[in-house]
Amino acid sequence: MSESTLSAGTRVFDPDAIRADFPILQRKIHGQELVYLDNAATTQKPKQVIKSLTDYYEQTNANVHRGVHTLSMEATNGYEVARTKVAKFINAPRSEEVIWTRNTSESLNLVAATWAEANISEGDNIVITAMEHHSNIVPWQQLAFKKGAEIRYLSHNDDGVINFVDASSVIDSRTKLVSVTHMSNVLGTINPVAKLAELAHDVGAVILVDAAQSVPHMPVDVQAIDADFLAFSAHKMLGPTGIGVLWGRLDLLEEMPPYMFGGDMILEVTYEGAKWNDLPYKFEAGTPNIADAFATGAAVDYLSDLGMENVWQHEQELTAYAMEQILSLDNVKVLGPQDSSQRGGVISFVHDTIHPHDLGTALDQQGIAIRTGHHCAMPLVRSYDVVAAARASFYIYNTRSEVDALVNGISETEGYFNR
Amino acid sequence: MMGGMSGLNEMDELYEAIILDHYRSPRNTAAVENPDIDLEVNNPFCGDEFHIQLKVDDCSISGVSITGRGCAISQASASLLAELVDGKSTEEVQAAVDCVRRLLKGEEISNEEADILGDIEALGGVRKFPVRIKCALLSWVGLDDGLKEHLA
Ligand SMILES: Cc1ncc(COP(=O)(O)O)c(C=O)c1O
Repeated sequence: MSESTLSAGTRVFDPDAIRADFPILQRKIHGQELVYLDNAATTQKPKQVIKSLTDYYEQTNANVHRGVHTLSMEATNGYEVARTKVAKFINAPRSEEVIWTRNTSESLNLVAATWAEANISEGDNIVITAMEHHSNIVPWQQLAFKKGAEIRYLSHNDDGVINFVDASSVIDSRTKLVSVTHMSNVLGTINPVAKLAELAHDVGAVILVDAAQSVPHMPVDVQAIDADFLAFSAHKMLGPTGIGVLWGRLDLLEEMPPYMFGGDMILEVTYEGAKWNDLPYKFEAGTPNIADAFATGAAVDYLSDLGMENVWQHEQELTAYAMEQILSLDNVKVLGPQDSSQRGGVISFVHDTIHPHDLGTALDQQGIAIRTGHHCAMPLVRSYDVVAAARASFYIYNTRSEVDALVNGISETEGYFNR
Repeated sequence: MMGGMSGLNEMDELYEAIILDHYRSPRNTAAVENPDIDLEVNNPFCGDEFHIQLKVDDCSISGVSITGRGCAISQASASLLAELVDGKSTEEVQAAVDCVRRLLKGEEISNEEADILGDIEALGGVRKFPVRIKCALLSWVGLDDGLKEHLA
């Protein structure tokens, strides 16, 4: 993480004013006020983002890169302006390094199907951590099966912190790719990706950072962490579903074969063959998700106005408070770092006697939305010798009183099941 | 203040006393010797898993054991299932499984069927909580599959 002038923010971080921007927070669930604590799954959308969608369809809608008429030019321009906003947000050197995808999963699959397909051979290895989301495990497993390559895991201690003594022996001269999550969606651990990038580069490997849980919550600077690829989803950062980002280093992207074939990704087609378009269009076959790109730009604007340093600080304070409150409950165990300064705003926990599903149903009755289950990280959850966990995760609109509601909700649930 | 203010009493239909009783003290958990059917079922989505053993003599169930871990609904349901099948003919068991499937789908069941199900009717409370229907059916579907395979 680095300090950048962009992350300071121009708007005062006022939780009440922020909450007023989110229409869904007015909803009642089972007659109770909604307490939305499932932000690691997806975040809610402010009216500015929702309005950007209706504005687009009411004022601008047209296809991009194809027309000389006004609407098409405006749509093309807005689509590219949004790309530039994203590039600036992660401090990418050039906006053509930003490729629109559907989500983090597609961004990872794109790299697996193109760069990795071309660069990984039998006997090579791909290093990931033992705390990855399924999206950052399965594409590599499949590629490794196909190529006869090996998947290696970086281990972590019980506190969910990567074991570095181990790391330098796992990453070796046959390592071609290190693909790691910046922040665990289960443990909340923030991984030292800059340090891992150094280890990867030392052996000539490439590093991909799964930033699905970091870009929405903290300042992320692709140059400062020295990443080669970075993947994230708009829907986890106030934006719409159906659009995500792959950022990649220009020289790598230029060498890579296309991902999908069709319109927009070609420069010239003859009956005999085709010539690929320039970046980023080489990777954007067909009519793209124009409206959601506009809305992603609006989401980036919203976060930039608040300032990512302020977003991060708000979540750090809330997480510290929540850790203290949750750990004060007798029958609850928190997975991952016990020290809140080492984690982001994701807290997975298990109750000694109440199964996460029963807890999830009981909290829902009280208007509190949490996630329960394996959180798309089955091997990790199992490694803590539990089959499922409950997870509360925070964002800019969450407050201390919502943490109190959660803790009180857990106590009420205990009362209910012990009756 | 339990329930009341917080709206937890809305869950009473899901967590009837009989359900909580079976959850806390599951029936028929002692292992069966030389089982004819021995299988594991799990729901990877929530991590629930059960080990089902049956002894089948002349088309009737002479021994049953179901153990495992899961939420209150899946555990109570497994215990109610174990209690039901003990001593029943395989035909009766298959009819009961079909009946529970219909009950959880919200279809009508006859008075005679309700009599056979007895306490099991309490599982019908999950109908208002559709995401929990899978929890209630897990062991039933597993046992039914095991039985079909055994009889085939
Ligand atoms: C760390 C991490 N990686 C990848 C993903 C996948 O994101 P998406 O479902 O938007 O593709 C998630 C989302 O849950 C995540 O938390």
